[in-house]
Amino acid sequence: MMLRGLWKLTWVEIKIFLREPMGAFGAIVLPVLVFLVAGRVAGGRLSTPSLAASNFIHVGLPVLASLLIAINAVLSLVTIICIYREGGILKRLRATPLRPQTILTAHVIVKLMLTAATLALLVLAGKRYYPVGVHPPLFSFTIALLISTWSILSIGFLIASIVPTARFAQPIGGFIMYPMIGFSGLFVPVAALPPALHAVARALPLTYAVALLQGVWNGDAWSAHVGDVAALVVVFVVCTALSAKVFRWE
Amino acid sequence: MRPVIQVSGVRKTYGPTVAVDEVSFEVNDGEIFGLIGPNGAGKTTTMECIEGLRTPDRGTITVLGLDPFRQVYKLQERIGVQLQQAQLQKRIKVWEAVDLWASLYRKKAIDGARLLEQLGLTDKRDAWFMNLSGGQKQRLFIALALINDPDLVFLDELTTGLDPQSRRAIWDLVRGIRERGKTVFLTTHLMEEAERLCDRVAIIEHGRIIDIDKPEKLVGRHCPERTVVLATDDPRAEESFRAIPGVEAVTRADLRFTIRGRGDDFVTEVIHCLSENRIRVTDFRTILPNLEDVFLKLTGHSIRE
Repeated sequence: MMLRGLWKLTWVEIKIFLREPMGAFGAIVLPVLVFLVAGRVAGGRLSTPSLAASNFIHVGLPVLASLLIAINAVLSLVTIICIYREGGILKRLRATPLRPQTILTAHVIVKLMLTAATLALLVLAGKRYYPVGVHPPLFSFTIALLISTWSILSIGFLIASIVPTARFAQPIGGFIMYPMIGFSGLFVPVAALPPALHAVARALPLTYAVALLQGVWNGDAWSAHVGDVAALVVVFVVCTALSAKVFRWE
Repeated sequence: MRPVIQVSGVRKTYGPTVAVDEVSFEVNDGEIFGLIGPNGAGKTTTMECIEGLRTPDRGTITVLGLDPFRQVYKLQERIGVQLQQAQLQKRIKVWEAVDLWASLYRKKAIDGARLLEQLGLTDKRDAWFMNLSGGQKQRLFIALALINDPDLVFLDELTTGLDPQSRRAIWDLVRGIRERGKTVFLTTHLMEEAERLCDRVAIIEHGRIIDIDKPEKLVGRHCPERTVVLATDDPRAEESFRAIPGVEAVTRADLRFTIRGRGDDFVTEVIHCLSENRIRVTDFRTILPNLEDVFLKLTGHSIRE
């Protein structure tokens, strides 16, 4: 069976992750702390906002925060794969009946769980600061975020397959991922971009993730975002297929 | 009986570099077979082609009746592998690694706790991989290579970087693997290791196999010289020594004689000469050539260069 060893590997990787003090702190505790501090600072001003500011705080901020968590997960996946490759860990795992897909799947599951855990903590922490009356559909939003993360993770595989060394993994990954946020429609609606950039935005996977996350946060029905989900699935399929072709084990 | 490994006409290049060329040999069931040569001779490439980790450009390989390229997963169920310079996750515990590896195989794994005990790792079972010593890491890798009770075990530069004591302990472990009826294929650039451990060795240099045989046969074939060093104050000694059949040189420093000759019978001839002439000796040593000398003879340089 292809999944032989998957659960044990996933479990071991979770334990290993938690043993790395800076890794767990940076990925889970730090975002929550920043969020709490920011909430405390901005807290008093949230009651009488302008319409535009309110719109960003209510929709943009949660979506941005979620995306940053997702991208963080992707970058750490890229780094881990590179470190494992450089250290010969991937090669050692390959010299067993373990399939390559199983190794990647285990890491994806770990990262998805990490994303979900960080998000849950943020929601709990953020409850205090949300003005009464805002009830985003958390369950649907979590699903939407997991779909987005899964899709973005596949871009991560592709980067991990190509990036030569772990030292470059984080910067190159960041260089590819962060600018995408700028064109994603989060700050400026895609429709308002110049036509040339419009096409760029349409070609970037994050655009669909943002559309999906914003819509679901605002309470849209899933049926309104079939196109976005489909685009994210296409990104996943294409990137996974490509990275399977170019993946280097050593 | 059918050979466990059959390699025929294998060639592997990396860009313009020919790593392995026209390599052919067979490994028999239940033996410890060593591939010996200096670093960069093509040992690891050859081994990794057999393990199914690399695809040769040319030639055929059969391992346990399987094609290591097309049937790699089937093969990996039945072999155990220790790779050169492999690492594990820094913070994985010893028992977790053994437990994880045990779960990867279709067939029931052997008892991990017992394996750790046999390898002297029981009190390290909760230690992180990064905190193990070099010898402990190698023993853990041996444990991982044995966890699926394989028919064939690959060991690549097993004792490189270890102190002599750990090295000896690991040699005993490898002999133990053979005693359990398994076949061992190993590479080493340590001639002493090959001589003490291997039933048969193949000498490889610049990607080509120069000769294959039992270590003592290789020595006998390529380095038939024998040297006897002895001490005596008998005045008839020198003259008698020069008459020994097969003798090539007799040199003397004070009471110490160095007698050189060739052939398997040469040492016997020297002893015979001593007893026949009733020559009393106060010291008697033989200096026999070893694999190191064979290597020097075959390649024109020492393996360490």
